[in-house]
Amino acid sequence: MLDIEHLSVEYYRRGQTVPAVRDLSLTINPGESVGLVGESGSGKSTVALAILRLFRLQEGRITSGRLLFQSEDLLAKTEEDMRKIRGRRISMIFQDPFTSLNPVMRVQEQMAEVLAAHSELRTQSSGLANALERVRLEPVRTLNAYPHQLSGGQRQRVMIAMALLGQPDLILADEPTTALDVIVQKEILELLFNLQRELKIGVLFISHNLSLVARYTQRLAIMKQGEIVEVGKTLDILRHPAHPYTKQLWAAVPRIQ
Amino acid sequence: MIQLYWERFRQNKLAVAGFVVIVALTFLALAAPWLCPIDPSLQSLIERLQGPSRAHWLGTDDLGRDVFSRLLLGTRISLSVGFVAVGIEILIGVTLGLCAGFFGGKFDTFVMRLVDIMLSIPAIFLILTVLAFLGPSIYNVMVIIGLTSWPSLARLVRGECLSIREREYMLSAKGAGIPTPRLLFVHLLPNVVAPILVSATLGVGGAILTESALSFLGLGVQAPTPSWGNILEIGRNYLHIAWWLSVFPTLAILVTVLAFNLLGEGLRDVLDPRT
Repeated sequence: MLDIEHLSVEYYRRGQTVPAVRDLSLTINPGESVGLVGESGSGKSTVALAILRLFRLQEGRITSGRLLFQSEDLLAKTEEDMRKIRGRRISMIFQDPFTSLNPVMRVQEQMAEVLAAHSELRTQSSGLANALERVRLEPVRTLNAYPHQLSGGQRQRVMIAMALLGQPDLILADEPTTALDVIVQKEILELLFNLQRELKIGVLFISHNLSLVARYTQRLAIMKQGEIVEVGKTLDILRHPAHPYTKQLWAAVPRIQ
Repeated sequence: MIQLYWERFRQNKLAVAGFVVIVALTFLALAAPWLCPIDPSLQSLIERLQGPSRAHWLGTDDLGRDVFSRLLLGTRISLSVGFVAVGIEILIGVTLGLCAGFFGGKFDTFVMRLVDIMLSIPAIFLILTVLAFLGPSIYNVMVIIGLTSWPSLARLVRGECLSIREREYMLSAKGAGIPTPRLLFVHLLPNVVAPILVSATLGVGGAILTESALSFLGLGVQAPTPSWGNILEIGRNYLHIAWWLSVFPTLAILVTVLAFNLLGEGLRDVLDPRT
């Protein structure tokens, strides 16, 4: 469904170009959950931003490679065509639920504008309550709330509900639970991946937490300094890590004896 | 949210005082023609340069016109200059600042260099020169004050945009396919309204002061239309024998500008999320 082929991305810092992603290839099949694991600064978030082409012109640039989504070349699309894909066919869930909702708008307005932004979704405005029920939030109270009236876990549920509004084929989850405590983290991930299986959505789960990613994904890619060092079935990689960096990562996961 | 701000505003005594004065002045300005006890343009040479009395509360000027009535009508001029000039300032300053901050790149560089150039020319001389060419009139004064005061507002708005543009909810909204105009006006603008409001309130006071100075110099409102500045200008000639001609317009300017400044400062404290 999504084929990333030889993707390279550069950032500009003080007149210099810094490579963020180098010659990266990765495939996500329909309905599949794929993990992308690496330390901070390894370029894993950049991959997600590149797929949706969310850079600013003066900040970063895709220098080479192809992004094929349902056999359409995303890099050849106009900005307006990309806009129609964002939130509709590919959704993104960001890391920090405390900052990814607009503080001065009610949840209802923010969800409704996603529907309004995509012409083919405009007819189903009654879907907001259903969307919130699907992520087990109390619809009336949540719709009328401002973000600061919700807890971190509730906000991330709202973000998931918003990501699902467009009935996307692919969700990019960039560290969706890093800002939450472990119990909420588990609830959110259980919810996300139950919905993923139920609705057969492809998910790219980006995280620095190897054990977490391993638990929820079918395939796994390990990233280091902008390159994928190892990719394969999650179970295979955990049983027989080939690359020294993978072994190092796996050895660093705390275990309680 | 609004209730919280209202509560904080109510506790700020000086801001409330400023607000009350402004509301009162606005009412006086709107009702001025009906409130004047004596026709402000009625001349009476027998009564010229009389001090405050029961007949003329604030005395009379060199043509025997009632100073109180003229000050009342002058409130209209001063407030309308203040509001219109700031309206023009906001329209230009916010639009350019918002676009410069949001889009960045060459447009941003262009706007900011323009701002630098505008800020390096002393505004009052620019206004004087332009008015000398266009001829003095109240409309020219409004427009020219508006056209010279937008650069600092544009810079302020741009700075706010630069910081808000980096917030995750902007990226998140863009990632959900929200169209650019909506990002700009629905997501970005409401989050920069607070500094705009503060700056605009202070700006009205500044514009009123500039208008008074221009009328005093004879380049603003032309006689016989009364304005605080030109009453003051007449008073200058009779300072040694008719103190009321200078003192009362000065007080009017002082109270009005002070009220706008107090409200502006108060709004700054109330709307600042850090307090």
